[in-house]
Amino acid sequence: MRRHRLAIGLGVCLLVGTVLCTLWVYVEDWLPVSYVPYYLPCPEILSRYPQPKLLEQRPTELLTLTPWLAPIVSEGTFNAELLQHIYQPLNLTIGLTVFAVGKYTHFVQHFLESAELFFMHGYRVCYYVFTDDPTAIPQVPLGPGRRLGIIPIQRHSRWEEISTRRMEIISQHIAKRAHREVDYLFCVDVDMVFRNPWGPETLGDLVAAIHPGYYAVPRQQFPYERRHVSTAFVADGEGDFYYGGAVFGGRVANVYEFTRGCHMAILADKANGIMAAWQEESHLNRRFISHKPSKVLSPEYLWDDRKRQPPSLKLIRFSTLDKDTSWLRS
Amino acid sequence: MLHARQDLPGDFWGKSSKSWLFLILLFIASFGFYSNVFNWIPRWRQREVSQSCEAHHLQGQRESPPLSKGDCCPDTCRVPRVPRMLYPKAHVLQPPRVDVLLMTPWFAPIIWDGTYDSAILDAQFRNTTIGLTVFAIKKYVVFLKLFLETAEKYFMVGHRVIYYILTDRPADVPQIPLQEGRRVVILKVRNYTRWQDVVLHRMEMISNFSQQRFLHEVDYLVSADVDMKFSDHVGVEILSSLFGTLHPGFYASDRQRFTYERRPLSQAYIPEDEGDFYYAAALYGGSVAEVYRLATACHQATLIDKANGIEAVWHEESHLNKYLLYHKPTKVLSPEYVWDERMLRKPPYLRRLRYVAVPKNHAQIRSR
Repeated sequence: MRRHRLAIGLGVCLLVGTVLCTLWVYVEDWLPVSYVPYYLPCPEILSRYPQPKLLEQRPTELLTLTPWLAPIVSEGTFNAELLQHIYQPLNLTIGLTVFAVGKYTHFVQHFLESAELFFMHGYRVCYYVFTDDPTAIPQVPLGPGRRLGIIPIQRHSRWEEISTRRMEIISQHIAKRAHREVDYLFCVDVDMVFRNPWGPETLGDLVAAIHPGYYAVPRQQFPYERRHVSTAFVADGEGDFYYGGAVFGGRVANVYEFTRGCHMAILADKANGIMAAWQEESHLNRRFISHKPSKVLSPEYLWDDRKRQPPSLKLIRFSTLDKDTSWLRS
Repeated sequence: MLHARQDLPGDFWGKSSKSWLFLILLFIASFGFYSNVFNWIPRWRQREVSQSCEAHHLQGQRESPPLSKGDCCPDTCRVPRVPRMLYPKAHVLQPPRVDVLLMTPWFAPIIWDGTYDSAILDAQFRNTTIGLTVFAIKKYVVFLKLFLETAEKYFMVGHRVIYYILTDRPADVPQIPLQEGRRVVILKVRNYTRWQDVVLHRMEMISNFSQQRFLHEVDYLVSADVDMKFSDHVGVEILSSLFGTLHPGFYASDRQRFTYERRPLSQAYIPEDEGDFYYAAALYGGSVAEVYRLATACHQATLIDKANGIEAVWHEESHLNKYLLYHKPTKVLSPEYVWDERMLRKPPYLRRLRYVAVPKNHAQIRSR
């Protein structure tokens, strides 16, 4: 009798399992493509922007499109209000990672305060601060829908080591946590400050920023890694732009793939006993040649305040803080 | 498995707790087994893949190239990898064209000659299948030969292409020699007495076939008019989640002069102070999911208009313009991509004519 009951029990379980699976498969069948209502109920908002002018003369302008048709974002190329109306209803959460290791924790206060003013205003934001000293991270008042996550990491003796570990840490963090919490993720340096609005115009599948020091020079002068033995090697005739390692981002899945790819390349170099000329920035540049970004941010989004602002850059949004690097890295 | 009997609340089976645990584990294992079995069936897996990317697509719909996503296409799912290539570097301070607008305010590139690098784009779109839908109803079958011959020369050369010919006269479809990786699929559809009805029902047919067929066979859909011919390169630079083409008659006009539907009763109504561009119905497309949404929306709007006893002034083109106003395309094709040489004088900034009208006698061709 015992065995019969066991058999019946097993049979019931299998039957229930089958029914659930079949139901799941066919429920998906009932909804092949979800139908989005097409006529928005608020035409008066959309009418307030001027008609785009197709034929116009623009003498001094930044490039607006890369050769693979990725937009280059700069002031004047987009209508912020229109983008707001497009992105706001999507209920997006945007993540922002920074590394504050050792003395770099001093920058967090200023960074977060400026981010609160200018970064993705009106959206849900998750700040991820990676630090070796969680107690040194100050309490900064955050707006509604914005929160801060402090993630402890291990400190290394050499600052280059800390720098190259960032890719690994970001990819692991995405796999463990960020993929569930955010839709888009940006990875930036902490020793910087937001000076003007940074909004949904920066959102894209995979986003890179042009380095402020090299946007006007030919590719032979880019500080790519030039030693053949490195995985970050870039030959003389290759390269689109020199991207800054201080800003990159995109959809969280793509950022995961990107950081993992860079991390693997860094590991390969480590096994060969070599470190790239500009650490992970070299690897980032190597990867962006073969996996071209879908959106590029002009140097407005990554500026060096020590440089004179040219007329082609109208609005600096994110730039360096003057600092004494020797003291910081000691 | 012999265990001492234990007193459990509601003790129906009379088993020990270890047996219960065994049963639960077996249930979970069988559930896992079944889900794996379904995954092995290729059609299910394909549908799963397309639906997970669909979710991505719907989520990231408004981005640059905006309004992307759906089927697993380069726009949404993964960043495509390109091999080592040598090409001249772009200059940040020197745009390739200063005489025309290259990007809309919502980051959709406007495709003009000289703004893109075909080599890079071909590498990014290398595993893509493109479907080209064309309607040849009643006498319009005569245009098919020239259309297909020129498409073989200029349209998506080097990529996999499926020509979907929607016709009521399958026997009259000419046999054209096709390149490697390209094939013709003839889909029989019904005709209508009035040519306006023929045009209005195109959206319905595209919507139906998208769901039935196109979703499983191609990544991108391009819908083109048949009474035209390709005269220059039309390649993967046009591909994105949703693209429209600037009508050659209105690209330089103010929005008040666009021939939108101006009667508020119609679903295609657009007020005088709205509108970005006037898009031509002769060439539009995108990912299959987006084209499906567009076609369904336009078809629904047509039905509502019919119920209200009104027909939009330019039929499906009016509905297309309404849709693209509220669902901004992710790429916009310049008038290079739809032109009529007899009706318009070619301006200097139009460097290439890629897809042009074929002369026809309207009265004769639209009759029975």
